[in-house]
Amino acid sequence: MPSPFLLASIQGSQEQGESGRVLDNWKDNKNVFWTLAGPGTFWLLVFFILPLGFLFVMSFSDKAVIDGEISITEYDYLTGISNYIRSVDALYLTIIWKSIWVSALATVLCLLTAYPIAFGICFASERWKPLLLLLVVLPFWINLLIRTYALIAVFRSQGYVNLALGTVGLGPFDMLYNNFAVIFGLVYVYMPFMVLPLYATIERLDKSFLEASLDLGASQFTTFLKVTVPLTMPGIITGVILVFIPCLGSFLTPDLLGGANAIMIGNVIERQFKAANDWPFGAALSFMLMYATFAALMLRAFLAKRSAGVDV
Amino acid sequence: MADQLKPGSGPLDYGNRLWLKILFGVIFFMLYVPIITLVAFSFNTDRRGIVWRGFTFDNYVKAWNNSALIEAMVNSLMIAFITTIIATVLGAMVALMLWRFRFPFKGAYEAFMGLPIVIPEICMGVALLLFFNETGMMGAIVALPWPLNLSNIIIAHVAFCFPFVAIVVRSRLVGFNRQLEEASKDLGASEWQTFWKVIVPFMMPGLVAGALLAFTLSLDDFVITFFTSGPETVTFPVKVYSLVRRGVSPEINAASTVLIVITVVATVLAMKLQAPQKSGKG
Repeated sequence: MPSPFLLASIQGSQEQGESGRVLDNWKDNKNVFWTLAGPGTFWLLVFFILPLGFLFVMSFSDKAVIDGEISITEYDYLTGISNYIRSVDALYLTIIWKSIWVSALATVLCLLTAYPIAFGICFASERWKPLLLLLVVLPFWINLLIRTYALIAVFRSQGYVNLALGTVGLGPFDMLYNNFAVIFGLVYVYMPFMVLPLYATIERLDKSFLEASLDLGASQFTTFLKVTVPLTMPGIITGVILVFIPCLGSFLTPDLLGGANAIMIGNVIERQFKAANDWPFGAALSFMLMYATFAALMLRAFLAKRSAGVDV
Repeated sequence: MADQLKPGSGPLDYGNRLWLKILFGVIFFMLYVPIITLVAFSFNTDRRGIVWRGFTFDNYVKAWNNSALIEAMVNSLMIAFITTIIATVLGAMVALMLWRFRFPFKGAYEAFMGLPIVIPEICMGVALLLFFNETGMMGAIVALPWPLNLSNIIIAHVAFCFPFVAIVVRSRLVGFNRQLEEASKDLGASEWQTFWKVIVPFMMPGLVAGALLAFTLSLDDFVITFFTSGPETVTFPVKVYSLVRRGVSPEINAASTVLIVITVVATVLAMKLQAPQKSGKG
């Protein structure tokens, strides 16, 4: 699970770059180069790329039929694209589509809550800034499972929300095991991902642009819409992608908060590998999810390139 | 406009706007109330954990006496410990390589290193499950003595942790003044001596921060462990997951609180080390 701190440091290291420093050519010191590069590269090739290769092959395979019975453990490899055809079945297409809109809605809600937070932190006094940033990020360091569990305690039918509503004569409401719970959970869990890139861009924003806009007679609202938002677009794009990707692939949040009523693609994949024991189909769904992720990343790269001119 | 602007009420002093303060209050309230109640109710005497009945450590004692929970915790700590060592070494080496050398397709290599970070966890989990199954490693390690029967999980954790370590260490190395390296060599130190006496001490805060990060990432991981652990091995998050599915209990609160404390302490330490040194650096 990527952390906002790292993302900040990724951005930081890319910006500082290694400009002004001449890097050694790897050919000048091949032994050192291979010693340093070897182990990590090996580990990633064998324990990451190779497994993905297995998964890729599996996605084009089928369960073997031995003596007229479908085998549980044997497979016929590379039989065709039947699993992919099945994954665009109406049933699964609905789930994929639902995963997309649930993630999109969660992302928009994250943006709407995170923007004022990031904005406020940027304009807070120097004394408060580090503390406020820490407060935003701290929940992120608490185990995802535990935070989700904490939400269950809040939302369940004898939970605190219903208890509070009960004292004013309302409820109890069923707040768990529906789309609302999943979306709330996703916003709750991934908000820090949105705050940090936004904070980074708003912090770098030249405040004199805002002054100029206000001096020239634009209202606060117009200034925000026509100056602040366009100038912080790179941060918005990064934040949106950073939240959308983990939402789309989430498994734990819909599993615990959504139950059977609000399953997402991650839950379907898990089911294929555990309960349903249909690995080839699960593999195909995994690749569908990965393609969607890469599409989102490519969109980000494309938008970042296009807005590069705006990034003053 | 003859309005007298009080300090802090200028058009750009958004930090002092009341509506923003209220919004902050509401959002932080929503962020923290679930976690604070979780921690508070770990000290509650009420079994059902809804109403506050009194302060007690009983839930911690119960969690401590729950041998399955303790076993899972010991497994988790062992996995995190071994993962941290391997991931820190691998990550630091990759960071040094990327920092020092230029080579063809460097951009592609960096993207390759970032792949475990961007790929959905569940995809990585099922890919490793398939891999361990097909290669027979899933069955083979069951017979091994502890902690070797955790090897699959450790292998998986290292694969997603060390690229993070590489990023942290590399961002530290960017600040290194290579003239120090040259000075060391001019003064007669060998390449190896320069590495150990000049570069490693400089990297140290990055190494410690990276190690703490790998430790927390490993300790916290649920999804990948869920798929790569065999039926015999249980880690703490996997155990908590199976308990949570059965319902809310103060014992889970107690166990969760312990995990929260461990990871928060480790991360705060890592953040302190990672933060760019301000004045007083000398």
